[in-house]
Amino acid sequence: MALEIKTDTVSSELETPQNTNVLPSAKMEIDKLNVFYSDNQALFDVKMKISENYVTALIGPSGCGKSTFLRCLNRMNDIIEGCKVEGDILLDGNDIYTRELDVVQLRARVGMVFQKPNPFPKSIYDNVAYGPRIHGLTNSASELDGIVENSLRKAGLFDEVSDRMNAPGTSLSGGQQQRLCIARAIAISPEVILMDEPCSALDPIATAKVEELIDELKEDFTIAIVTHNMQQAARVSQFTAFFHLGKLVEFGNTETIFTKPEKKRTQDYVTGRFG
Amino acid sequence: MKSKGWQLSSIAKSRLKKRYRKEIRLKVYGQLAIFIALGVLVILLVSVIIRGHSAFTKTEIALDLTLDSNLIQITDNNNMQIKKGKYGKIIRQALFDIFPEVQKRSDRRKLIKLLSKNSRYEVARFVAKNPQLINTTQRIWLSASSDVDMLIKGKAPRDVPQSERRLNDMQLSWIDKINEMENLRTRFNFDFITGSDSREPEMAGIGGALAGSFWTLIITLVLAFPIGVAAAIYMQEFAPKNRLTDFIEVNINNLAAVPSIVFGLLGLAIFIQLFDLPRSTAIVGGFTLMLMTLPTIIIATRAALSAVPPSIREAAYGVGASQLQVVSHHVLPMAIPGILTGTIIGMARALGETAPLLMIGMVAFIVDIPSSPADPATALPVQIFLWADSPERGFVEKMSAAIIVLLIFLVLMNALAVYLRRKFEIRW
Repeated sequence: MALEIKTDTVSSELETPQNTNVLPSAKMEIDKLNVFYSDNQALFDVKMKISENYVTALIGPSGCGKSTFLRCLNRMNDIIEGCKVEGDILLDGNDIYTRELDVVQLRARVGMVFQKPNPFPKSIYDNVAYGPRIHGLTNSASELDGIVENSLRKAGLFDEVSDRMNAPGTSLSGGQQQRLCIARAIAISPEVILMDEPCSALDPIATAKVEELIDELKEDFTIAIVTHNMQQAARVSQFTAFFHLGKLVEFGNTETIFTKPEKKRTQDYVTGRFG
Repeated sequence: MKSKGWQLSSIAKSRLKKRYRKEIRLKVYGQLAIFIALGVLVILLVSVIIRGHSAFTKTEIALDLTLDSNLIQITDNNNMQIKKGKYGKIIRQALFDIFPEVQKRSDRRKLIKLLSKNSRYEVARFVAKNPQLINTTQRIWLSASSDVDMLIKGKAPRDVPQSERRLNDMQLSWIDKINEMENLRTRFNFDFITGSDSREPEMAGIGGALAGSFWTLIITLVLAFPIGVAAAIYMQEFAPKNRLTDFIEVNINNLAAVPSIVFGLLGLAIFIQLFDLPRSTAIVGGFTLMLMTLPTIIIATRAALSAVPPSIREAAYGVGASQLQVVSHHVLPMAIPGILTGTIIGMARALGETAPLLMIGMVAFIVDIPSSPADPATALPVQIFLWADSPERGFVEKMSAAIIVLLIFLVLMNALAVYLRRKFEIRW
């Protein structure tokens, strides 16, 4: 049964999320985004906004293009052979796919945490210190120490590892490794943090810790999180975008999406009828 | 059907027996294969060691030499530079003193033949080192000739008729007398390792070949390693994936399988004829072997680079590292064990290659030990080849000993590879 896809997605005006009084401003704007992997089109005409200092969740069944979409936001798709990106993606109003932009600078402002924790095969300290080092963010060793400690504290990991900063990053447990990767991402003070299913490889307790962390982080960062887990999306985010078969079906406040979605397909997905 | 304990039905039992038998057969095949391989290796090693270990000793004869100053010419009185001298006469004098009954000329010549032709230079060296002992009589140990050497080492049988021997009965009796006088001994043969090649088997050494191999390998390593690793890094990490790069990759893989003598011809045509580099030197040998080793290093490096998990690269990109930083800070350190292993395998192959060196002329008879890559030289495998060709009995043990030395170096290089690999391996 072919599903009818309407090209206008429900996302024109973002209302104030119920739990705050601040009108969301757009940190990143996406318009007419089409992505191709060689000859296959993965994303069709996506238009949405990522709001500053809020958590935006991207949900949808497997293969619907949400990870592809996320990777466009920091141009990680550039690494993939044969991947073509068309459309506009703006960060603070500036196009990120223009030639004048050095992609390294973009990734210093838009960080990423991956699905499977991937700490560098270096010490815990060096894992977090690597980013600041290569971007030249510090002048002295003590400044670097400070940044590392701050990032680990923000990630909720410092107390657990302060006595073994020189131990290899891979000697930590799965949940700790993921928090280390988060600390690594925030050490360079990005403006946006993209998280691609960060908890899918973790146990429930570690997941709870990371979700708590995301909630605290949104004070300082803008967060976009891809998740398979709808309850997580409902817990953690203020805005939700529902993707299906490469198209953005619906986008709006999390509460609305989960309680009174406009499209039937959204309703079917969030109630568990498919996906 | 409920089973009692672990009891099986008869069908299941026979199937189980078949499976066990198969597993045992597989194990036995594997053990047999290893046994055969090890057996061949042991046979090789044992035969080489049996034939070659005697080359590390040499026979010496002691003579009481009167260092008559009339026979020794001192060219510079202050520096005592002694060059010319009738040392042969000094030696003959001592010999005839021991055997005064030997009068006939032909017999006397046979007596002299008991010593190495080099013995007069040995006396000259002694006098140069100890000029204060001129005009005294000294007991000096001199090298015996190869025929005596072989006899004493048991390689030349005594109990065959005289016509089948190199030493006649008279000479045998003289040797026995010298032995009774305790003027015969065998000593460790330092000259084998430090000395260079010689027409006389008892004087031949691998020092020249070792130096030649050393210079050649140094040049090969210094050229092949950076070029090979850089080429592999570019091809693996930076080059676009299109038909041209595929074509290049296929050709590099093919080059690794090209017979080494073809590289020798290439070296001859390019380095010697086109660039007019000196023939027979370690420079040309090094360049030629570099061409041969390059594909090996490139292939090993590419394999090591592609074994680095993509998650590490993504993590580095995600933190804002540039492509160069990703490769140099993350990918390369993790690939080093594989790169080193490939390099040392390539070097070990270069150490043992003879054919390309034959084509570029490193096969000449060189008596000087090369002190720089630009001196004419030969290499260890070529030296083995040359000695294998020589008819004298004394060269058989030298050849086997050279093989032992070559094998020792190969083992050392592989041990170095294992050590470096362990040291640089980044533990996950």
